Amino acid sequence: MNNSHPALPEFEYLIPASLNEASQFLASHATEARPFMGGTDCLVRMRDGLLPMKTMVDVKPLEGMKDIKFDAAKGLTIGAAVPMNTVARHPDVRKHYPLLAQAAETVASYQLRSRATICGNICNASPAGDTIGACLTMGGVLTVHGVGGFRQEPLSKFFLGPGKTVLIPGDIVTAITLPLLPNKSAGKYRKLGRNTLSDLSIVGVTVFGYVDTTAASGFRFRLALASVAPVPFVPVKAEEILAGKAITAETIQEAGQAAMDAVTPIDDVRGSARYRKYMVRNLLIETVTEVWKQLAR
Amino acid sequence: MGYHRILLTVNGTKEQVDVPSNMTLLRMLREKLALTGTKNGCAAGECGACTVMMNGEPVNSCMVLAAECDGAEIITVEGLAKDHQLDPIQEMMMEAGGVQCGFCTPGILITARALLNRNPNPNDAEIREALVGNLCRCTGYFRIIDAVKKAAHAEAR
Repeated sequence: MNNSHPALPEFEYLIPASLNEASQFLASHATEARPFMGGTDCLVRMRDGLLPMKTMVDVKPLEGMKDIKFDAAKGLTIGAAVPMNTVARHPDVRKHYPLLAQAAETVASYQLRSRATICGNICNASPAGDTIGACLTMGGVLTVHGVGGFRQEPLSKFFLGPGKTVLIPGDIVTAITLPLLPNKSAGKYRKLGRNTLSDLSIVGVTVFGYVDTTAASGFRFRLALASVAPVPFVPVKAEEILAGKAITAETIQEAGQAAMDAVTPIDDVRGSARYRKYMVRNLLIETVTEVWKQLAR
Repeated sequence: MGYHRILLTVNGTKEQVDVPSNMTLLRMLREKLALTGTKNGCAAGECGACTVMMNGEPVNSCMVLAAECDGAEIITVEGLAKDHQLDPIQEMMMEAGGVQCGFCTPGILITARALLNRNPNPNDAEIREALVGNLCRCTGYFRIIDAVKKAAHAEAR
């Protein structure tokens, strides 16, 4: 049996003086160092011997990492080191991006969210990441600092596989920006866990909808599904169905079925692949209906 | 492995501690400062037995490196009582019978204190949600929830 209380293995803890120094160090120690944020994933994996790192580079104290800024012209920028609780209670987030606040509040426990960060959740690239769907559906773009300086990475092209992203050694995500949202929009994250609160998701359904007169249905729905594919999954066909014809109970059913047919979940300790597929359909129908009713009000 | 000299405030007292890189805040409190009220349960951020207040917010101290705590203000269960007077949440945990084996109690007291600090009058759902990261295998939670309500009531008087 595994020792249930192994100590953390030996490693060095480093606070770099600047982003440049951090990127240089991380790039020149590619396999043995990584950026350290809230630690809520890293420390557990290190303890279990799954993340053999010689150096953890704490990038939280660097400039701008703990800022949240809302700009009425550009949208919301959240520094990579801002804990989820701070995001979820921030007045601008609650007012302009309530979907993000609601999704963040479904993550683990309050204590964990005092440390865990949105950008950490994204970089961890778990297919189950609870806040990823909100960021994806609302058009999130990451600011990344690498050895060549700053660049932008849209979230829609960020994930390559479980735990795998487009980031290369030396890259540090410094912030996520969400654009301004359409005037009439609404969203909801529906998480199915083994218990009501705190568990990892068996299936997670994010729906972000807005009124769009250029769509045949008058609405656009951005959808993201958690824990049903190797990466956070966007059921494109379901989105097209919801934009392409008048929204009725039948249209929503059809979209739900399309999403169910598109996902490729696995059997694991939290649920079977078959159960997950049905839950995708049922929860997507429920959640789209709920968001649509809010929009049509 | 490198050591880090950190200065922090624990329960109102300034402390200077030398800690190795891989020492968690939990281990530092228990092994360097002999504050053994904070318990090691799962060491994976799941059970909440190690909850302490860090800069006013509850955290799982098993998920924080001691080296990160330079300049931090930490409150452990030993710091809840002041001037030989128990905190109302401590009084009410006794009164409501919210303690059985006691292992989860320090973490629950800190989490509940943090809840009452940010929401002096929580309803049942809010109390349950706030305590979701604190597992208790003895009480069945009802008396703990009752204790939080009683403490909120006592503080409102």
